[in-house]
Amino acid sequence: MAKKRTMNLNFGPQHPAAHGVLRLILELDGEIVEKIDPHIGLLHRGTEKLLEHKTYMQAVPYFDRLDYVAPMNQEHAFALAIEKLLNIEVPIRGQYIRVLFCEIGRILSHLLNITTQALDVGALTPALWGFEERETLMTFYERVSGSRLHANYFRPGGVHQDLPRGLGDDIISFCNSFPKVLDDLETLLTDNRIFKQRNVDIGVVTKQEALDHSFSGVMLRGSGIAWDLRKSQPYECYQDFDFKIPVGKNGDCYDRYLCRMEEMRESVKIIKDCIKKMPTGPVKTIDGKITPPKKEDLKNSMEALIHHFKLFSEGFRVPEGEIYASVEAPKGEFGVYLISDGSNKPYKCKIRAPGFSHLQSMDYMMKGHMLADIPAVLGSLDIVFGEVDR
Amino acid sequence: MLTTVNDLEKTVNSGLTTTIKRSEINFNQLVIYIDVEDIISTILFLKTNEKCRFRQLIDITAVDYPQDEKRFKVVYLLLSHEKNLRIIINTKIDEKIIVPSITKIFPSANWMEREVFDMYGISFKDHPDLRRILTDYGFNGYPLRKDFPLTGHTEVRYSEEKKKVISEPVKLDQEYRDFDFESPWEGTKYIAKETKKNTEKK
Repeated sequence: MAKKRTMNLNFGPQHPAAHGVLRLILELDGEIVEKIDPHIGLLHRGTEKLLEHKTYMQAVPYFDRLDYVAPMNQEHAFALAIEKLLNIEVPIRGQYIRVLFCEIGRILSHLLNITTQALDVGALTPALWGFEERETLMTFYERVSGSRLHANYFRPGGVHQDLPRGLGDDIISFCNSFPKVLDDLETLLTDNRIFKQRNVDIGVVTKQEALDHSFSGVMLRGSGIAWDLRKSQPYECYQDFDFKIPVGKNGDCYDRYLCRMEEMRESVKIIKDCIKKMPTGPVKTIDGKITPPKKEDLKNSMEALIHHFKLFSEGFRVPEGEIYASVEAPKGEFGVYLISDGSNKPYKCKIRAPGFSHLQSMDYMMKGHMLADIPAVLGSLDIVFGEVDR
Repeated sequence: MLTTVNDLEKTVNSGLTTTIKRSEINFNQLVIYIDVEDIISTILFLKTNEKCRFRQLIDITAVDYPQDEKRFKVVYLLLSHEKNLRIIINTKIDEKIIVPSITKIFPSANWMEREVFDMYGISFKDHPDLRRILTDYGFNGYPLRKDFPLTGHTEVRYSEEKKKVISEPVKLDQEYRDFDFESPWEGTKYIAKETKKNTEKK
């Protein structure tokens, strides 16, 4: 019997299809993948350690830098955890604005994922079309928070500022034109022979495997499990909205692509609904011990000035306790496990990133697949290294 | 039928009478405290019991309490899709204790345990592949322990003489400043107490 020879191959860390800095040590038998050992941590910045040295307000921007494709969704989980510990309620307008921008984040993330997945399997045009729309969405981010990516907008107690005038109308007009772009993208991809050959029946995950490997988000729904935290454990005001949860059937890369496409359409629906129903009122809790006062109050009110000073130097203290809060981020369940010791800094803050468990399953998903399938599977996992490495 | 957190607490307490040391409901989440030897049996029970069905492992993490005799707290977070419930399992361990690995029950525990090992230096028994995961190749120390400095011990740079990347002890031009803005007064708590007292007087 001929001796079986396997070859070791390094994939990444500098590889265009590695979606950042992923290093895979592949064991190949010819072109068949025998084993994959992902080496991660090349983008490890010690976020969890840094958080222990920052006040709660200073910690928020670190969450933008996790999954930098949809920053506000991450801030959301952190803000929710703090709000639960503080036992405060976000005013209804604040909640609506949060939902609005979470859904914009979802579209941002899914657009990037779908177009780069297409890019990985050889289609260039979707990326050009999709990124134009992302640009528009990021101007919405910019108009509301002052920055295109690292927004620092969802603060504990609400959102930083109210929507600027005219933004609602602009988002509505985007919502009207965007489905057309989605249709165009679908004409390029959904029935595309090459795209289907590269994705159908590749990286199949069964229901049981999806559960065992701690999958969440689209990875779970693509395998046919209807589970979405926005529906099952509604946070903020998601119960006010009517939206559907697209569920896949075969659990392969193609189904996950279809799920993401459909989710974007649902998100557009939520955004439209959100702006239509947008209530009036404050956007953050009026408790001066937690949220900063208005700029004009600083000129006239001594109390506001004191609050402002104390908030931005000492910050606020969070009562003792341990809590796990999670949101349905575009990539899956993003959670924050927070322990407070009653001071103004977190004692421990564990970030549960969905991509971490997804990437972990690379080895079992790829076993027996061809080398060329790696970019397709990696693309459909929706990996962003900011959150995997933290 | 919907199960509430209270029902769950009863089920878990009656099913695991001998192993559970304490259980409480915080912010509508059930937290249970167990001994480190009982981890496997507890998690198996929670996964297979008809009334619990915690079939998804969300995360494993640890917390460092350097002043305690049992220094680390290992935390398991589980989720049940069917019952729509979450549970937090806590266990306190000594620095030298080796925790039984749950990779046989949940394959996804593999990397999570590796991360805990990497960050806290807690070992897991019967783990298939216990290596560092997030830190650099050849890294020393356990970064998330409270006695590990925020700046770390070594820094890397490209050396022009040796023509390669070298790591050397951290040199700070200025001592790292960890500002403590905690107010020396009792602050708001004190005011709240006083006002309460005053209103009671009235």
